[in-house]
Parts: sequence; structure tokens; C-alpha cells
Amino acid sequence: MDLIELRDIQKTYHLGEVDVPVLMGVSLSVSKGEFMALMGASGSGKSTLMNIVGCLDHPTSGEYWLDGGEISRLNAAEQARLRNRMVGFVFQTFNLLPRTSALENVMMPLNYARDNLTEHQKRERAVALLERVGLADRIDHLPSQLSGGQQQRVAIARSLINHPQVLLADEPTGNLDSRTSEEILQMFQQLNSTDGITIILVTHDPGIAQHAGRTVYIKDGLIAKNPGRLEPRNDT
Amino acid sequence: MNWYGTLKTALNALRRNVMRTLLTTLGIVIGVAAVITMTEIGNGASIAIQRTMASMGANTLVIIPGAANTGGINFGFGSMMTLTPQDADAISRECPSVRNVAPIVRARTQLVFGNRNYVPTYLYGTTPSFLDIREWTDLDSGEMFTDHDVRNANKICIVGQTIVRQLFGGESPVGKEIRIRNVAFKVIGVLRSKGANMMGMDQDDILLAPWTTIKYRVVATSLSASNQSNTNTANTNDVTSLSQLYPNLQQNLYPAASATEQADTPKPIRFTNVDQILTAARSAVQIPSAIHEMTMLLRENHHLPPSDPDDFIIRDMTEITKSMTSTTEMITKLLLCVAMISLVVGGIGIMNIMLVSVTERTREIGLRMAVGAEPGDILRQFLTEAVVLCLIGGTMGIILGRGASYVITTVLHWPTAASISAIVVSVVVSASVGVIFGFYPAWKASRLDPIDALRYE
Repeated sequence: MDLIELRDIQKTYHLGEVDVPVLMGVSLSVSKGEFMALMGASGSGKSTLMNIVGCLDHPTSGEYWLDGGEISRLNAAEQARLRNRMVGFVFQTFNLLPRTSALENVMMPLNYARDNLTEHQKRERAVALLERVGLADRIDHLPSQLSGGQQQRVAIARSLINHPQVLLADEPTGNLDSRTSEEILQMFQQLNSTDGITIILVTHDPGIAQHAGRTVYIKDGLIAKNPGRLEPRNDT
Repeated sequence: MNWYGTLKTALNALRRNVMRTLLTTLGIVIGVAAVITMTEIGNGASIAIQRTMASMGANTLVIIPGAANTGGINFGFGSMMTLTPQDADAISRECPSVRNVAPIVRARTQLVFGNRNYVPTYLYGTTPSFLDIREWTDLDSGEMFTDHDVRNANKICIVGQTIVRQLFGGESPVGKEIRIRNVAFKVIGVLRSKGANMMGMDQDDILLAPWTTIKYRVVATSLSASNQSNTNTANTNDVTSLSQLYPNLQQNLYPAASATEQADTPKPIRFTNVDQILTAARSAVQIPSAIHEMTMLLRENHHLPPSDPDDFIIRDMTEITKSMTSTTEMITKLLLCVAMISLVVGGIGIMNIMLVSVTERTREIGLRMAVGAEPGDILRQFLTEAVVLCLIGGTMGIILGRGASYVITTVLHWPTAASISAIVVSVVVSASVGVIFGFYPAWKASRLDPIDALRYE
């Protein structure tokens, strides 16, 4: 079974009397270790689909199997635990805690984890990740003292702290210049190839989407073009 | 998330905006400081009120001999002669709840000065501690007689303002001599004016002399006058050499008993008795224990078997004590009400800032939820922040309140009294304020939808 399996996902928002259908039966599977890009114009439903994949939202109907479990009907607390364990998020606006050091930002999700690490172990793990993203000398810097690319790298380190299966990146390069974007995308590719982390990248830029192994297009709440699954990339 | 993590997260969040944290706690700081200062001023005021009430005689206890009962006829309280000066000494020695003791010998007789005469309401033989019990120690002029004068039965006295008016026409009587039943007393002091007591009796209409002088030089003769069968005893005790100078003594109706007659019917030797013993309890709350101690002591000293009733009665000023207690209670409650209002206002301030903070940190909440914070984690974090805010405010308030009451004592000279209970209460109350007023914002934060929160601008 695939890591992510969506079966006929529908999502309808109720705005007062009016029902607004956003997803109208999306079926999609993503296998373990895949690097997939999700493309679509704004309003196409790609953000809603990402929220459902990231366990932030419930589908109105349909099934969502994640790592062999049907999770579309979990309550808020169960969803939160699942997100903590399985999913890492990277946002367009970085979303770092202001006036909090890079290290503490990276350690923050561990506070909600249930694996009872000591303070020392948490710190070690966070420092290792910051070294990995090339910020070993910026551990105690505040977000305001870091450039956009460095902030995004802190955010990536934060998303990896709980060893997630899936990394969801929502327009991760939207606020970065092209050279920094390239660095960040290379980092994603490296994470995908060496660590085997499944990555789903949401973007509207075809140039960015081509870094992924597969690009799925979504239009008006339906999968418009799915080139079919490719084998996980093995080239570097 | 464990409590340590929650506390650390809350402290970090508060540290991120120190200025706002301090301004938020200001309401609680002022509230707690108000509670502490008000309570301390209230305690000080009630101590001052207790002192005032005590000067009205609230702590005074009067011991009166019991009623003699002969042949079915009750002679009323004071008719038994059971109290002695030794009882007074024993009470002052052995009753820890009693502040002071003064025996009283009463007389009602005429004072003569020059060509004027006057009968005062109170003519008391006592000891110097009488003035301490009545809270009357500051004299208008002159000085009080001493224990030495009491031992020597010196013929000196001090007088109240009414006597100064009636007998001396307002002139200073100090150093002048008045005669009481032909015994010449030198006036050595004048009492400050005290006015009427609650029953309308003029308290300034008083003459105080050593009880030994009144007992042996003044009342002894009047006893002989009132009880003819005691004539001989009285005459032998009569040391006033001038007693026959003026014909104002009652003539004996019966001839003096001869030596044989006296030998045949010997008079029982009677100890010296006093008419009352005036005592003061150390404080209003110690009145019941003072009564208990004195009852036990006097029963023992009077060799009363358990089956016998007391041969004395102890009177306390129940009415004054009651009004004192209720006044004090009312002041404390009033001040507490005022202080509680300021605490509630401070709590509402915390709630407002916490609500602003939740709105301002919506994205942070969204992020925390996205990385796995459960609604309960968010609720606990904001609740902890509110409680920590209140406890910081409470600590600062305690310091500020203690400081304020210290300043009030030194600058304004108002009496204040430190109160441990006020400190405990304000810590507990400020923590509860944190929980109560922090709950709504925290609950609101925990109910946020992570998707909306992350997108919030």
C-alpha cells in the first residue's frame, strides 16, 4: 500500500446558505520516498487538498489512508498527534516564532511530542539538524537576524525534528529570490534522495515543479493531469 | 506536553514582550498592593480602636463580693466581706491574662475645704494601678500617689475636675489640704477631665487616695458609726487624733463595753476586706480567660468546696466589648471589599490583554497546532501564562503593599500592622484571578482552526 492514498475526496465549504464545492472527487496516491509537485492556479483547490493531506482538515466525503490507516474521521487532538509524528510543514512565510532563537524554534515541535526526550537530547537533535541545513553558526540568532533563505532553512530543520514520513511544502520559495530558491529546492531533493522522505511541494511555478519527480496538476477541484507514478529518483 | 514544558513555553512567551507583560501585571500589582495595604491599615485602625475602647473601660473586669444571705434575707451583692487586698496581689501574681489589678475601698462622706463642703460621687481608696486600668494615667497637674504612700497609709489624695470646680472654685488644688471626716488630706494631683460615662455618671466627680488611708483612717470610723456593736473595735482602730475636734461624729447610743464584757464576748478577728477589685484584661479576646483564671484563683484562695457557689461575682463590659468586636469586623470587611474590587479590575485587565495577545499571536497558535499541539496544550499554555502573570503581579504587589504601608507608618504616622493572612490570601486570590480571567482567552485560543490561524494576517 502507498504511503498516501486519497480515494474520491470531496470537500464542500458551507458559506451561509450557499454550498461551495472545492474538491469534487480527488483520488491520488503517493508512494513512500516520492518527490511530488502539486500545481494549480489559485482557487483550484490545491491548498484545500494540502490541508487534507496534512491532517489539518477533514474531507466532506472520501477516504484518506495515511501509512495504512484511515484517518479522515479523527478528532482534533488525534489529528494533532498524527501531524506531530508523521508530517512536517514548510510554509511560504516561514512562520518562525519571533524573538525566539533558531535553536528554540527548531526544538519547539518536540515540546508536543510524546517520546519523552531529555532536554539535552532535544538540544542535540536540533543542533544536528541546524548543522545539516548549514546554520551551525547561527544557532542562537533570532529570526530577525537571519536572511529569508536562512529563515526557511530553520523552518525546514523544524519540520524534520520529529523524523516525519511526509514533508509538505506550501510555496516554500514564494518569498525568496531565485538563487536562494534553488538552494532550498536542492535541499529538498537531497532530503528526498538521501533520507527517503516523501515530499509534496505545492507551487504555481512550473520552473520549480520540474525539480520534483512527478507533477500533478489540479484544476477546478479535480486532478487535471497526472503523469502517473514514477519510480523514486535515484539520480542525484 | 508536561508541566515543565508548558511553564517554559509560557515564560518564553512572556519574556518575548517584557514591557507588555509588566503593563499587564500592573492591574494585579495594584490590586494586591491595595489588599495588603488596606488590610494592614485596617489592622492598625482596629488596634487603635481597641485602644480607644479600652480607655472607655472595655477590658475592665470588676470583682464584687457575693451577696450575704442570712435567715432567708438576701443583702445584695457586696454585702459579704470576702475580698481582701491579698486576693488582689494573688491575681496580679498568678493570672497571666490580667494586665493590672487595683483593690478599691469605697466611702461616701463629706469633703471640707475652707468654708466649702462637698460630697463626691466616687471616693475611692485604691493603688496607683487604678489609673492604668482606667487608662487615665496622664494627669492634668501634680502627680499620682505611689505604692510607698499606700504602704504608709499617707494622707494624700488626687481629685477630679468636678471637685476642683465645686470645692476650690476652679483654683489649682495642688498642695492644699482638704478634710475627709476630720482627717486632713493633702491634694497632690488633679486628674484630666474624662466626662460622663455611658450611664451618665460624672467620672470627674472623684477623689482617689491610698486604700490603706481610706480603710484605716476614714471608713473605720464610719463603720463604727453605722454599727454600734463595733464601737470598741472601731475605737481601738481609730488613730485619728483629731477625731473629736468637731462634733460631727454620731454619738454612741450605747455605753462602751467594759473589759470584762469584751473578754466574755470576743469579737472575731476579721481580716481586712476591700469593697471591690478592679482588674483589666490584656486585650478584649483575653477577657474570657481572665475571668476563668480569676474565678479559679479566688475559689481556691477562699477555700470554697466545689459544691459551694462563688462568694464573689466578676462583671465584664459585655456591651462595649460587643460593639468593639463588631466595629473592628466591619472595618476589616469594608476594606477587604474595596481591595477585592481592585483585584477584579486587575483581573479584567489581564483578560483584555490576554485576548489581544491571542489575536496577535494567531499565527503562532496556528503554527503550534500544525506541528502537533493539541487544543489542550494551547489551552494550558495560555492559562499558564495568565497565572504566571498574576503570580508575578502578586509578588510585586506584596512588595509594593508592604512598602506602601511602611511609608504610611513612617510619613503619616498611621498605625499599621503586618498581616500574614493578607499575604497568603492575595497570593491565592491572584492565582485564582489568573485562572478565572485567563480561561476565556485560553479557551478561545484552543478553539482556533489551525488552517485559518496559519493564514491570519
